[in-house]
Amino acid sequence: MERLLVLAHTEGDGTLGRPALEALNAAAALGGDLTIGLVGEEAQAAANQAARSGAVRFLAAQGPEFAQPRYVTDAAAAEALCRAAQAQVVIAPGTARWARVLPGVSARLDGRVDTHVTAIAVEAGALAVTRWYYRQRMEAVLSRSRRPWFILVDAGVAAPWQGEAGAARVESVDAAIPEIRTTVSGVRAPRSGEQTIRPDADLLFVAGAGWTKKQADGQTHLPEAEKLIAGFLAATGASLGSSKSLVDLAGEGQAVLSFMTHLNQVGQTGSTPRHPKGLAACCHGEEPHVVGWRFINQRRAINLDPNCGWARGKADVVYVADAFEVIARVNALLEERKATSGS
Amino acid sequence: MSTGYQIIVCGSVVPDPLQTLEPVAGTGLPALKNEMMLPAVLDPWASHALYEAAHLAQAKPGSKVWLVSLGPKAKLQQVMMTVAQKAPFELVAVDGPAGGFVDAHETAAALAGAIQAIAGLDRGRLLVFGGWESASRGAGATLQIVGERLGIVDQFQGVDQLTVADDGELEILERIEGGQHQVSRCVGPPALLGWATGHLPEPRNNPQIGMTNMRAIMPALQKARPAKVAAEGVVYHRVTLPRQQRETQVVKDRPAGEIAREIVDWIVQG
Repeated sequence: MERLLVLAHTEGDGTLGRPALEALNAAAALGGDLTIGLVGEEAQAAANQAARSGAVRFLAAQGPEFAQPRYVTDAAAAEALCRAAQAQVVIAPGTARWARVLPGVSARLDGRVDTHVTAIAVEAGALAVTRWYYRQRMEAVLSRSRRPWFILVDAGVAAPWQGEAGAARVESVDAAIPEIRTTVSGVRAPRSGEQTIRPDADLLFVAGAGWTKKQADGQTHLPEAEKLIAGFLAATGASLGSSKSLVDLAGEGQAVLSFMTHLNQVGQTGSTPRHPKGLAACCHGEEPHVVGWRFINQRRAINLDPNCGWARGKADVVYVADAFEVIARVNALLEERKATSGS
Repeated sequence: MSTGYQIIVCGSVVPDPLQTLEPVAGTGLPALKNEMMLPAVLDPWASHALYEAAHLAQAKPGSKVWLVSLGPKAKLQQVMMTVAQKAPFELVAVDGPAGGFVDAHETAAALAGAIQAIAGLDRGRLLVFGGWESASRGAGATLQIVGERLGIVDQFQGVDQLTVADDGELEILERIEGGQHQVSRCVGPPALLGWATGHLPEPRNNPQIGMTNMRAIMPALQKARPAKVAAEGVVYHRVTLPRQQRETQVVKDRPAGEIAREIVDWIVQG
């Protein structure tokens, strides 16, 4: 087996996040000599967390300059770790931090990179990865001969590594950092607050353009739609997605759901989040839009047209009903349950 | 002396998202069935990058926008007829494949070479834009490699907003996990920004801008240099369409209250 390096960055509390543990598990399953390379302000806690993962070496680029995600420092750290490990295959979680940096690092090392990888296996005697092309519309399995090969694994496709913490011996690695011209001043939550795509939610609620259309009385009911959707999100903690058409209407300044932005967009030109369950209401469209919930395990839809391409053949259940009425009753029932349970 | 920006936008053509796509085995790499016949558009995220570049250039007198595009010449010509009406830019065309199955490193090498060949580039004014991912390969890798080849180490991906302060400092909002934005401040060019959707709507077609652009676009297409771009060392074991077709249970003629109860039971199940 080839020399494997798992690259991980620490979270704010100094530990490894779930995506890093998932990448570690995917790498450990391949067997062979495994090195873990850590980047962060202080790496010992993270190394201890993975001490019993089977890794033979723990390398770290650590210090205050690595506390914040930033291309110049993260690239220097990752490059130094890869060189120290002499890795042939580098596996990392596809977090925003690593996605920003590792393709560039692969170029520095004259290697190659594959991102959004959903599976790693051995195919015809060679390491092979699975990833999607054309915005989740076709899936390919491929191998590469060029090394080092950087593989960024999408969150949620592997189980996280689980094991007892231990005491790892961390070798510090020096990274040559050029002039730092960028400072990270913080994180800003979007105006839509909690109503965005949140990978940790159990449920994705996809609101389609139908919410903004004229209803049976010939009028639009935007304030009511906003209230119903906000109420549903508050009661369920669901992640909020939108079909492209609704987001586009918002971008064009038309009066639509006020909290909907491009951050909510799912589908061909949006995100394809992974959630155990998805409920779509008033969504219409064919394949390009439907890819928005390709990675949702259980799917239900509320739609006035049972033959709509969004639902037929794509959802497990389609309820042919008025979404305004159904969601109002769902919210009332959820309130009732909450009151009954006393929570 | 001009103080505006030199904004290079990298972006190419992709099949119109509404088309049905089917993979076929090519002579070397996989390809799309009837690929050359499929209507094409400028990649959606690259389009946003172009609109943001034009918006910034308009706000900063003395700025200029280039669109560096690697794609089959005929396809580029077709797409430019529309794109040229959206914003003023100078096209730098590279004749080569734009499909999803070519390698990001080889695409990046061709793009970086074309950028380096632009006369009069000043790193102190240089901003490289592009879409953070394409709608073909969707790797989110090409721009970073272009940046590395150009020696730009202030790079940002998933950008939704760029604000230029009075002193020239760039404030950049990048998408990160949890629907949040990371806020960074960069002292100024050179910098590379891979745009997500930004905040600007698609500009209306402006025939005057289109006519001005097209005068330069046609010669640029004629002198587009061929680029040998493939995926050396890559073996595609298979490329398949998702075949999963769900048996959809259609529930109709049921009272809303019953449907609501069923949905609630389903939501609260473990």
